[in-house]
Amino acid sequence: GVLEGPGTECAIRFILIQNRAGKTRLAKWYMQFDDDEKQKLIEEVHAVVTVRDAKHTNFVEFRNFKIIYRRYAGLYFCICVDVNDNNLAYLEAIHNFVEVLNEYFHNVCELDLVFNFYKVYTVVDEMFLAGEIRETSQTKVLKQLLMLQSLE
Amino acid sequence: MPAVSKGDGMRGLAVFISDIRNCKSKEAEIKRINKELANIRSKFKGDKALDGYSKKKYVCKLLFIFLLGHDIDFGHMEAVNLLSSNRYTEKQIGYLFISVLVNSNSELIRLINNAIKNDLASRNPTFMGLALHCIANVGSREMAEAFAGEVPKILVAGDTMDSVKQSAALCLLRLYRTSPDLVPMGDWTSRVVHLLNDQHLGVVTAATSLITTLAQKNPEEFKTSVSLAVSRLSRIVTSASTDLQDYTYYFVPAPWLSVKLLRLLQCYPPPEDPAVRGRLTECLETILNKAQEPPKSKKVQHSNAKNAVLFEAISLIIHHDSEPNLLVRACNQLGQFLQHRETNLRYLALESMCTLASSEFSHEAVKTHIDTVINALKTERDVSVRQRAVDLLYAMCDRSNAQQIVAEMLSYLETADYSIREEIVLKVAILAEKYAVDYAWYVDTILNLIRIAGDYVSEEVWYRVIQIVINRDDVQGYAAKTVFEALQAPACHENLVKVGGYILGEFGNLIAGDPRSSPLVQFNLLHSKFHLCSVPTRALLLSTYIKFVNLFPEVKTTIQDVLRSDSQLKNADVELQQRAVEYLRLSTVASTDILATVLEEMPPFPERESSILAKLKKKKGPSTVTDLEDTKRERSVDVNGGPEPAPASTSAAVGPLPAFAFPNNPCISAGGFEFVCKNNGVLFENQLLQIGLKSEFRQNLGRMFIFYGNKTSTQFLNFTPTLICPDDLQSHILGPSPHRHITKPVDPTVDGGAQVQQVVNIECVSDFTEAPVLNIQFRYGGTFQNVSVQLPITLNKFFQPTEMSSQDFFQRWKQLSNPQQEVQNIFKAKHPMDTEITKAKIIGFGSALLEEVDPNPANFVGAGIIHTKTTQIGCLLRLEPNLQAQMYRLTLRTSKETVSQRLCELLSQQF
Repeated sequence: GVLEGPGTECAIRFILIQNRAGKTRLAKWYMQFDDDEKQKLIEEVHAVVTVRDAKHTNFVEFRNFKIIYRRYAGLYFCICVDVNDNNLAYLEAIHNFVEVLNEYFHNVCELDLVFNFYKVYTVVDEMFLAGEIRETSQTKVLKQLLMLQSLE
Repeated sequence: MPAVSKGDGMRGLAVFISDIRNCKSKEAEIKRINKELANIRSKFKGDKALDGYSKKKYVCKLLFIFLLGHDIDFGHMEAVNLLSSNRYTEKQIGYLFISVLVNSNSELIRLINNAIKNDLASRNPTFMGLALHCIANVGSREMAEAFAGEVPKILVAGDTMDSVKQSAALCLLRLYRTSPDLVPMGDWTSRVVHLLNDQHLGVVTAATSLITTLAQKNPEEFKTSVSLAVSRLSRIVTSASTDLQDYTYYFVPAPWLSVKLLRLLQCYPPPEDPAVRGRLTECLETILNKAQEPPKSKKVQHSNAKNAVLFEAISLIIHHDSEPNLLVRACNQLGQFLQHRETNLRYLALESMCTLASSEFSHEAVKTHIDTVINALKTERDVSVRQRAVDLLYAMCDRSNAQQIVAEMLSYLETADYSIREEIVLKVAILAEKYAVDYAWYVDTILNLIRIAGDYVSEEVWYRVIQIVINRDDVQGYAAKTVFEALQAPACHENLVKVGGYILGEFGNLIAGDPRSSPLVQFNLLHSKFHLCSVPTRALLLSTYIKFVNLFPEVKTTIQDVLRSDSQLKNADVELQQRAVEYLRLSTVASTDILATVLEEMPPFPERESSILAKLKKKKGPSTVTDLEDTKRERSVDVNGGPEPAPASTSAAVGPLPAFAFPNNPCISAGGFEFVCKNNGVLFENQLLQIGLKSEFRQNLGRMFIFYGNKTSTQFLNFTPTLICPDDLQSHILGPSPHRHITKPVDPTVDGGAQVQQVVNIECVSDFTEAPVLNIQFRYGGTFQNVSVQLPITLNKFFQPTEMSSQDFFQRWKQLSNPQQEVQNIFKAKHPMDTEITKAKIIGFGSALLEEVDPNPANFVGAGIIHTKTTQIGCLLRLEPNLQAQMYRLTLRTSKETVSQRLCELLSQQF
């Protein structure tokens, strides 16, 4: 049985990038959800995150999990993890990821994520895999991404 | 560093995406998509073979269309073809399409697995990486079957590139989570542990996650990881901020790896080896020291990364709960954060302090922050921060500050967010009971709760106040006076009417001497609320009225008039009508004596397990039972499992049995021997589901009500409970006809917060040992849930007590002297050896307790008959406690060997 208890499942359940209007710019799932459920989660996350302001924490309880999120201009980067996972570690994991995107796309903007959606998945897989943090060194990740870029 | 231009490499894709973005309406978008789908379809079906580039482009377009939310029903084969391309970009799109779109039962899985196999064997690190990421992303059982043997080999092979090792470690983790049975431990396990020593910190980062999960399931095999993790951690925390180069993040050395290592260490108790332990303590001290140093950067990234490690270190310190010095330092550090200008830190400090409050070493230190926490409750803007403040106040509460904390919580309740009111009500109720020195204060508190937040006062809470008032005669007069005064309010909550009705029905006589609360005044006051109340409350009030008939003969005729009115005698509700008819009849036919006997004051409720726990705690000090554990137990055992107060001897109509306790309650019980001596309570509980039981047994028959409570706010779908019963067992306890099984099917949808009920009829055909298993399957939030619990149907449920004299007892005892008929067990006491509790347990077990039968008054003897369909088996038992040795000797004699054995087994577990 897949009873959610601390530690028995992966840390990250999903990663979402959404804009303020609720359009999804990236959805990466680390758990089995059916399509309807995914849509519902996307809407719920948007609803809980967009009502919060700068005085609020970057953490929201969400069903039996929690969402760690950070807003960059018009984009919300959200990571859903277990309730006893380390909030600040994932908050900075988001920032680390954003800095890599920024370097890779040279001042990343929302449109880069739209037109290069298939490359964003590669960036994610370099940094997060199986719901865990895979690589944290920006230098190493960018080096690998540029190597792959050269194979085109 | 060169930037990536928009959609480079695939111009057609970029054009298509632009077109979609330029669509002015949803219809236009669908039209454009359909046009593209037709185009791609014709290309795929065309005679001309497509080159790799075109195939890649079209597959990528399909993927884009799918991600927009449209269904895609072709193109899978083309995607699979891309996997065997030799070009990275084509392969990458193929793998991406498969990871996003192909579900695990696809027929293509064999072809996909074949392509993965080739890439894994290719020795090309880029291709191996793609293949491993695909397995990690899909993680299906078929993939586990195909690659669970290969991936560990890649992980530990000497010539594997670092980046491939990282992927292999996490790929293996995914397979282990999906199909642990397919990932056998082997030679690779010890080599995996040594990856903690790897030169490449990325490899260590990935491997630590894998090792942590494996260690949780197989702590023994991965024990060596402790010392390796400590030495790795030590090297990181003592390094200068520039040593780790690539892995330094805003002047913090390897923060994520440090967090992971600290979490790995939380799978284990403190290291036994003093050298390792000393080194770890040094690490933790260094981390605490760094928190006091001036920041190396003003950037929030710097402080967040540093504090991520600090909070994880504090979690480890709390987990070990063995170093008072570190615990107090952690508490002081968190105390500073409580007033930090960053909301995140205040929130996390409150959360972390909650667990510190339950350690005996830091409880007092946490208490010193009470004013700051109360202030947070009043001033924080984010409701989740206020909620953590409530949690912390609850956790730090003890006898010394209970009055202050309860008062603050009550005052917060007046303005609290609706979402957390019920939880606060329960917390206040528990604290008020637990720390009540003065029961008048307790009664006031609960009545205040009802006044401030009556809608959120669940049944357990008002049941409990009644139980306590009934059990303590020193508070009964005060309770009657207080509820009487509270009922004067023109608009009082229905829960107050319930409590008031019940208490005045029992103890109204204690205030009847005062003309301002004479019997008639009391009656008129209650009856003025009657018509505004719901049916269950009205039923309760009718019982109060008949109790008044007994307490106050002077209002008898007034009450008879009320009962006789059409609105009662002809009430459309059958329960109300029946009560009115029966009570009216009772009041006319019964003599005063009979009336007095039937309507006698309720006997005290049996003291429950929580008071035993409290006693244990008083005896042994707080170290054995921490506050938190204690209250968790209380929540489940005490508040929920108590007997429901039944107003009179008629059918009990006041509310269902166990409702919900707290959300986030950990799983507490699953069958076992807990239900041997009791019939009601919570059988199972996790974060999603609570299963409550109420059962009754008579002779060889029984009926069990199973209550399934959805603790979440989301529906459970396809909810299917099944009773699994081995054939021979079924013939033993369920009787031959299948309809005796589960009589009522359950609705497959259980709404959030709802409770559904199911009835099982049971017949004991012959004696048995095994119990049936209740299996529950349902879908929650897109995931499939499966819970199995043993139903606590044990042989002693069919035990009926038999009274007999000393002479008879020993005569029968001698008759059953055949060696097969006797079973004896000598065992150590697991609970305090309290005579009264022991007696209650023997009676709860089903046997009669025979007083003055055994020549030694310290011994307990009992007798009874086990009823099965085929036979009746007489049973005698004797329990001899030895206080000095804290041991018991239990002897069972019955006419059947298997019965003696089973009863002895069951009863031995209870002491």
